[in-house]
Amino acid sequence: MFALVKELLTFLFLLSIPNLIIAEERKFNLGKIATKTEIAGWDIDVRPDGLGAPLGSGNAINGEEVYAEQCASCHGDFGEGLDRWPELVGGEDSLDTHDPVKTTGSYWPYASTMYDYIYRAMPFGVAQSLTHDETYQVVAYLLYMNEIIEEDFVLNDKNIGKIKMPNVEGFLMPDPRPDIANVNGNPCMQNCNTPTKIIGKARDIDVTPEEEKS
Amino acid sequence: MKKNKQKELKINRRELLAGSASLGAIALSSKVGYSKDTNQNNLPPNVPEWTGVLGEGVDANPYGMPSEFENNVIRRNVEWLTASTESSVNFTPIQDLEGIITPNGLCFERHHGGVSIINPRDYRLMINGLVDREMIFTLDDLKRFPQTNKFYFLECAANGGMEWKGSQLNGCQYTFGMVHNVQYTGVKLSDLILETGLKPKAKWVLAEGSDSSGMTRSIPIEKILDDCMIAWAMNGEALRSEQGYPARLVVPGWEGNMWVKWLRRLEFGDMPYMTREETSKYTDLLPDGKARMFTWVMDAKSVVTSPSPEKSILYRGIHQLRGLAWSGRGKIKRVDVSLDGGKNWQTAKLHDPVMSKSLARFTLPFEWNGQELLVQSRAIDETNYVQPTIHELQKLRGVNSIYHNNSIATWKVNKDGTVDNVRLG
Repeated sequence: MFALVKELLTFLFLLSIPNLIIAEERKFNLGKIATKTEIAGWDIDVRPDGLGAPLGSGNAINGEEVYAEQCASCHGDFGEGLDRWPELVGGEDSLDTHDPVKTTGSYWPYASTMYDYIYRAMPFGVAQSLTHDETYQVVAYLLYMNEIIEEDFVLNDKNIGKIKMPNVEGFLMPDPRPDIANVNGNPCMQNCNTPTKIIGKARDIDVTPEEEKS
Repeated sequence: MKKNKQKELKINRRELLAGSASLGAIALSSKVGYSKDTNQNNLPPNVPEWTGVLGEGVDANPYGMPSEFENNVIRRNVEWLTASTESSVNFTPIQDLEGIITPNGLCFERHHGGVSIINPRDYRLMINGLVDREMIFTLDDLKRFPQTNKFYFLECAANGGMEWKGSQLNGCQYTFGMVHNVQYTGVKLSDLILETGLKPKAKWVLAEGSDSSGMTRSIPIEKILDDCMIAWAMNGEALRSEQGYPARLVVPGWEGNMWVKWLRRLEFGDMPYMTREETSKYTDLLPDGKARMFTWVMDAKSVVTSPSPEKSILYRGIHQLRGLAWSGRGKIKRVDVSLDGGKNWQTAKLHDPVMSKSLARFTLPFEWNGQELLVQSRAIDETNYVQPTIHELQKLRGVNSIYHNNSIATWKVNKDGTVDNVRLG
């Protein structure tokens, strides 16, 4: 009898140990530990250094076919963009002009971002439907169209973090704001020297939705 | 149907009482609008038509809606701005709102892959990466953490983005309406990570949505631990689907794009993830072709909501100018108003409560006797930052940076009381 009680007490004690330890570590003891499989299904991001890039590969030759089927209806056969859908190709030397064209080639600093975004969000409305190989193929095709790689270059999880994009040096950090003149909270209050001539009117541009004009 | 019948009854009753039908009353019963004309039969000394009948009982509207006479107070979009409504934006009708709280149904929408509809039973938040324990939480789990309730504005970084080159859209709603202000209920991330632990190398967090765009942004750990929260309620009720139901990230004072809706995952890492939204978008292109990156804070800003292009002046004499001011760096300290294009300024009245990273309401009485006015407002926040003119911003950043236009707008009041969005120079 005593032995049984002892055994039961030991059993209860052992049962309570994990809870005690977890309670100490986890302040509220809420939620559950995620399994590797659960994480693998949702952890789809790919970093600039290639971390997170899934096993797979593809070149532009194969990518052209996938692109024509999955992407061209919005982005155009040559990545020129149809209607108001984004253009993906070209725009080099345009960023400092009046009409900058920001494409994967002219603006995007990392090829990893192309993989990450295309896999997670494209084709529009059919997110995460491309295979990893198809995604590498499409990225390779866009890199090729932007004259960043050759058409037979095999893009894969090992080298996607090493592709050098033309505009990788085009970004400035950290944020310099506040970048305006510091008047220490005491701006001019009377007879301030400021232009008051009307040089433009939204009404004349006439792009405001109709209803608002009433 | 029932409602229409009731109105017919009302009108018949009124006809009996007054002995005549009026066009105004007929227009009142129409679904599409109502008479802008006053019905003299409802004015003293007559007994108004609604007094002589019983109104609707309780539960006629289990979830109440605004008066039908306010049916012009709605979100609006600009169709030509975007290729599809699923990846688009609309605007809060701030010109029609009072105080500082934005009603939930009027909070502007910005989606990148449409509105996800999520059964809260199927909601899971995953936390992985550089934490001691990679974990998954249900919505009920989140609600059992210590709770926080905070008022914050949310402004899209592109609010006013169409106005860099010149005045383009003739509306307060279209030029300033990508902002809303609600009270959030949720759990602070600094409390949530007590459960997962944090590895010393964790410097960045990738926040990821479960919508069709899989929205992702990198956020530095300092901000995450400072005041970020996961919210499940706004203004006392569950989040609206279009605002991320059942749970969204709240990143006080920082650009709206980072407030990931339908939040499904937080990954802790040792470097930023350089997602599409923080490289190809939400970077601020300068005249020399370089672009600023990670410009998160929304600088101080203000706008006069009335008079404004949608709010003509209808009467001569006294008026109450109304407006909103906010700053991502803290509290609004002062708002000045000019009626002559910025030559002379007077300080407006700031209304309680004035809270950090929340909209603040200001008013100023003024007389109008048919003269032209150039109306401006200028916010000053508790860091002594003064809202700049568009010329100051253009000198530093050119006209192609799209984002972070927090400049002073000018509304020209014409002699007939109509109001135009104009650019001075």
